Amino acid sequence: MKQLPSLASLALAPAPLPLIAAAARFAFNGVMRRHPELADRLGDHRAKTFGFDPVDLPFAFVIRPEAGAIEAVRRLPAALDAAASGPFFALLALLEGRVDGDALFFSREIEVSGDMEAILALRNALDDCGIDLPTELAASSGPLGPLMKAACERVRARVLERGAWN
Amino acid sequence: MTSNCEKPVLALGPMLFHWQGADWRDFYFRLADEAPVDEVYLGETVCSKRQPFIEPHIAEVAERLQGSGKRVILSSLTLVTLERERRSVRELAAQDDLLVEANDLSALQALAGRPHAVGPMINVYNGPTAALLARQGATVICLPPELPASSIAQIARSAPGPAYEVLAFGRVPLAISARCAHARAKGLAKDNCQFVCSQDPDGLAVSTLKGQPFLAMNGVQTVSFTCQALLGELSTLAAGGVSRFRLSPQRCDMAAVARLYRDVLDGALDPAEASDRLRALAPDLPLSNGFLHGAPGAQWIADGRRRLAAHE
Amino acid sequence: MELICPAGNSAAFREAVDAGADAVYCGFRNETNARNFPGLNFTRDEFEAAVAYARSRGVMTFVAINTFMRAGAEALWFQAVDDAVAVGADAVILADMGLMAYTADRHPEQRIHVSVQAAASNPEAVGFLADAFQAKRVVLPRVLSLPEVAKLTASVPVETEVFVFGGMCVMAEGRCSLSSYATGLSPNMNGVCSPASHVRYAKDGAAMVSELGGFAIDRFEPGEPAGYPTLCKGRFRAGGEQGHLFEDPISLDALDHLDALREAGVSALKIEGRQRGKAYVAEVVSTIRRALDAPPSARRAIVARLRSVSEGQRTTSGAYEKRWR
Repeated sequence: MKQLPSLASLALAPAPLPLIAAAARFAFNGVMRRHPELADRLGDHRAKTFGFDPVDLPFAFVIRPEAGAIEAVRRLPAALDAAASGPFFALLALLEGRVDGDALFFSREIEVSGDMEAILALRNALDDCGIDLPTELAASSGPLGPLMKAACERVRARVLERGAWN
Repeated sequence: MTSNCEKPVLALGPMLFHWQGADWRDFYFRLADEAPVDEVYLGETVCSKRQPFIEPHIAEVAERLQGSGKRVILSSLTLVTLERERRSVRELAAQDDLLVEANDLSALQALAGRPHAVGPMINVYNGPTAALLARQGATVICLPPELPASSIAQIARSAPGPAYEVLAFGRVPLAISARCAHARAKGLAKDNCQFVCSQDPDGLAVSTLKGQPFLAMNGVQTVSFTCQALLGELSTLAAGGVSRFRLSPQRCDMAAVARLYRDVLDGALDPAEASDRLRALAPDLPLSNGFLHGAPGAQWIADGRRRLAAHE
Repeated sequence: MELICPAGNSAAFREAVDAGADAVYCGFRNETNARNFPGLNFTRDEFEAAVAYARSRGVMTFVAINTFMRAGAEALWFQAVDDAVAVGADAVILADMGLMAYTADRHPEQRIHVSVQAAASNPEAVGFLADAFQAKRVVLPRVLSLPEVAKLTASVPVETEVFVFGGMCVMAEGRCSLSSYATGLSPNMNGVCSPASHVRYAKDGAAMVSELGGFAIDRFEPGEPAGYPTLCKGRFRAGGEQGHLFEDPISLDALDHLDALREAGVSALKIEGRQRGKAYVAEVVSTIRRALDAPPSARRAIVARLRSVSEGQRTTSGAYEKRWR
């Protein structure tokens, strides 16, 4: 039960890329603003280019922490320093620091390639930040915050029940 | 005290591998007559279960070596946990006839206050540690094999006094364990190992799943598959305060290896020519010198001499 | 027996304190500690906040400064000790004899613990360090059997601390250069073993091969749980045999031996894992705390849960049981 629930998959799959990109940028900017220590812990690795490829969705993300840039693409480009691919919710768990550094390599759920040190630095940096996506999104959503938080937590609770989050 | 202008000492390190009693004895008898080494380390450093095989021969071998003008140093065990291992260290330290090389902190304790040698398995990574051990009586310190040349020079500079030694030839001891991988690989437990390590007088080669040679098992010890060979680096090391070079016994013509090193140290043989000849002497052993250059230890840096000089 | 818990960052540190640690150990964000991994460890400011948090809850903080000083750069290690003392570390965990001498000389009141990396595996070795540097405790190498732990503890003038859970070295700690042989970087010199900077996962047909410094360390068929290429836990060939020749990818679990360790007079139990995440730390520390506080008969059920955290890994009591050898 590690794949994205089919309903969510159906809902997200046809979304136009610019819309996905805007949503991702919104979440990413919020996280970077609220967690300046993330860049600090990344050290030299913040200048690197990371790719994240949710295998159950028809798009992927390219992130450059130093530039504060996130891009939504149909396919990951070849020129990346490091990449992680796996089910969307497993990647979110990685972002929230719910996947352990060692566990990341033990399970085949998430596949990592490229600069392993950069990936490990990112994982370790995220662990300390205590990112909680529902809270992050709520904080960036102004008056709609509480609604956003509740909606996110509902989705996550349902996924957790299915054992897909961690 | 050793000064840089004295002739560097060539020392034969302790036999790492499990050679049978008579083979072990005859190896040293031959070297006593033929090898231009100044000093010889004797004793089992790897596994206490092997000690009974060489103990009956140590006295006669030491005598023979001394008879041909070589100084003998007795080496202690590296991993000491059992009662009989502790006793062996105590007994070794209790004798006064020969210098003892400490390879474990227990030996350091037993030898503190009088002259002794410190082996490569004692962690001396910097000047303050070397100076501390010198104050406790260390007159010879063989530095850990993974140390780069920059650290070696810095230690010799900042803690003058002891004579510093580095491993110049041989498979590099890399690790030691409470469990015996060698016996395990042959389907045996350590307690009933039947001394299978004696079947592999140069260690049991370990390769990767892709067939690339990598390491070798030597009982509870793991050694490099490659043979460390410092040749082009010798003059720079000597100029930087290293006064002793260790040759670790392998199953090849060790007397010829010693002559080759002696010639390079004397300036009578070009190091590049020497490494070609060394390859002919030990054709099954790829050479490495990476540790000294701060590179992976398994690597061979071809222009080692120039590299070191550039860092001076 | 004290419970000594790992923390690789501030979040994990707080989790360990809240979950019932008696002491939390951590390291500074540089090569002075043996978990010098990217994105991990503490700045001096973070360390200061951590010590304050721990102290407010009656928990001790230990600082691991347990690599060997690089010749010519000793000031970095001296500074680490000075900082730890200034902020109020309850103990510094040291491996380098030169650094122990510096600490005993400059900070005679500071409590010194001998790191497992110092390889003190017998009473004489422990006695040597206790005499020379007034060390108060020794963390025992994971090479000793339970009877040996008991015997040693009874015959040394210092407290003993032993590992009970987490990663396990097959080789005697502090005496291993396997990592630098393959990569140039080692636990003793750089605070890393089989460093991520030298790891590569490569496809080989349908299988995946993990490499370290260009050496193939393991190979996984599709669906087979993968592992990090820790050198001594790789799959190799020797004399016609093929497999995990040194050790399986396995972790230490000595929780079935808590009573024996208590009877042996051991002062403290240590959990490995400063590189693990805060969720892992919280889970492991709280479970072992519960197990320690529970009657022996209830313990097995409590710790059973933990075995799943090892994530596809199997566990062993290692050298504590003699047959491991």
